[in-house]
Amino acid sequence: MDLKGTQVGHEALGLEDADLLRMYRCMLLARRVDERMWILNRQGKAAFVISCQGHEAAQVGAAYNLRPGYDYVYPYYRDAGIALLLGQTPRDQFLSLLAKKEDPNSAGRQMPGHYSSRELNIVTASAPVGVQYPQAAGTALAFKMRGEDGVVLACGGEASTSGGDWHEAMNFAGIHDLPVVFLVENNIYAISVPEKMQVAGSIAKRAEGYGFPGVEVDGNDVLAVYEAAKEAFERARGGEGPTLIEAKTYRLTAHSSDDDDRRYREREEIEGWRQKDPILRFEQYLEEAGLLDEEKKEEMDARIKSEVDEAVEYAEAAPYADPEEALERVYAEG
Amino acid sequence: MAIKNLLGAIHDGLAEEMRSDGSVMVLGEDVGRAGGVFRVTQGLAEEFGPGRVMDTPLAESLIVGAAIGLSVNGMRPVAEIQFADFIYPGFDQIVNEAARFYYRSNGAWSCPMTIRTPYGAVPGGALYHSQSVEACFCNTPGLKVVAPTFPSDAKGMLKSAIRDPNPVLFLEHKRTYRLIKEDVPEEDYSVPLDKAKVHREGTDLTVVSYGLMLYTALEVAEKLSVEHGVEVEVVEPRTLYPLDKETILDSAKKTGKFLVVSEANLTGSVSGEIAAVVAREAFEWLDGPVMRLGAPDIPAAAFAKPMMDFFVPGAEKIEAAMLELARY
Repeated sequence: MDLKGTQVGHEALGLEDADLLRMYRCMLLARRVDERMWILNRQGKAAFVISCQGHEAAQVGAAYNLRPGYDYVYPYYRDAGIALLLGQTPRDQFLSLLAKKEDPNSAGRQMPGHYSSRELNIVTASAPVGVQYPQAAGTALAFKMRGEDGVVLACGGEASTSGGDWHEAMNFAGIHDLPVVFLVENNIYAISVPEKMQVAGSIAKRAEGYGFPGVEVDGNDVLAVYEAAKEAFERARGGEGPTLIEAKTYRLTAHSSDDDDRRYREREEIEGWRQKDPILRFEQYLEEAGLLDEEKKEEMDARIKSEVDEAVEYAEAAPYADPEEALERVYAEG
Repeated sequence: MAIKNLLGAIHDGLAEEMRSDGSVMVLGEDVGRAGGVFRVTQGLAEEFGPGRVMDTPLAESLIVGAAIGLSVNGMRPVAEIQFADFIYPGFDQIVNEAARFYYRSNGAWSCPMTIRTPYGAVPGGALYHSQSVEACFCNTPGLKVVAPTFPSDAKGMLKSAIRDPNPVLFLEHKRTYRLIKEDVPEEDYSVPLDKAKVHREGTDLTVVSYGLMLYTALEVAEKLSVEHGVEVEVVEPRTLYPLDKETILDSAKKTGKFLVVSEANLTGSVSGEIAAVVAREAFEWLDGPVMRLGAPDIPAAAFAKPMMDFFVPGAEKIEAAMLELARY
């Protein structure tokens, strides 16, 4: 894989210094929340963790183009960076992790990572992979039918492109030039099955067959992803149809807290990718741009740590829903 | 009032809802210019344009999935699955997705959408244009499954389904499309999705049925009245899930004898659920065994007409079952 950084500086992308620091902070926050989740799991306090580590640049870079509460997003279970960028809080993440009543995604009904917010137009996520793509196409069709300029961001991993739903959605989006951006976060593994056993040819190049652009981008370079997504969102808003973005990245943790990845991949491989950690790479860019130094970094990290501490404390003390609430909200009224 | 068959009533219900609510739309295979393989959507594309009456690719998971996505973004889609036999590729989107959106988001996201599909055996239909698929969907909390038989009910229930905030699977027995005609109101009305209907009052036994079998059971009930003086009460669930247990139980308690007739495979059927409810909750009132009549446990009706007729419980089998029960 030929990994290139962004070929343009952030000024050319129309990003202000404040944007960069907001992106960086969100990536770091997603990482720190995730790390704490694993600790809570190993302490026996959290039943299950599904991780975003390694994906932060792909998520934040793409989602930075969303207008929260107007555009729609269909995230998948690693997209903590997207949920946090759009406005969910660390408290929300730990309430969900610990299945408390205040969990905004599902009030403790779903596993963590299955995001949902009516206010932020985060459409409730499923566990089976790929089902979100036809739904995303339908949501984009509604925007188009009403002549609105809303865009739908539909996310998944590389294995979510293996099933029929992905093809059906790509085909339909292509037929009707739907305002949808497909973001495939290719992290090379579907639990244990590597990309070479999952993906024939190139995911990005498949878009050509459907009649719309497909771009491969360095998923560990937040500005490169932002640039590709910006163009895709502009195309969608301008009525020019869908774009497929394949963000090449790597899953830095095991698939989940129930998985032991030593069974199927070498430690050296992971170490190699840690050198390309999207957060380290963005820090380097920010330092070179004079926007970040060791002191600022420590200050931001310390603030995030205390925010995470507070969120964990709050979530641990928060109540569960009453067991009988399991019977409620099966059908909508009215 | 105007005399309408089932096809016409469903067509009118769709057209009226589309006229009164700009968010109502139709999508499915051949629903546009062709007007659907059974002509239910005939003329709708001309009136409302190809955008609101959209021909889709042949991809049932997409049809249902896109309907979900439309429904969470302000639309009220009515998806057509061309034959119930083709619904299985969309099963995951119906059962795992549409039916669970509301529950899994703790009430944040609902899917106001309707999925219409023709079911039931028809001459020449064979294994893949004949199936009765209702049992596959009737243990899915979050989903409503309705199967109206008569034109006026169908029109009123389609309006209710479209206006309902939940996903509704709307089953239409294709052999009754042109068979059953009756007066259908032309003014706006709706029929609730949670009420069974007593079609014929009787005192000797209760028959619960839907679709073509209901139509046949009503004919047999008249015959039994004339020839044997047996008065059969005939009840139609109309909504198969969740069931209106009260109306069914009231009738079972009144007559003390109970039979369910459908043309679905008997094992694991909706009939089994109805029978279980009656066996438990009307036990003290029963004077005979709770009986069921259905299709044998073979894949579906065959192409050859004699085998198809053998598959579907006809008037003779229904009459025999009724008389057997009446004699207890």
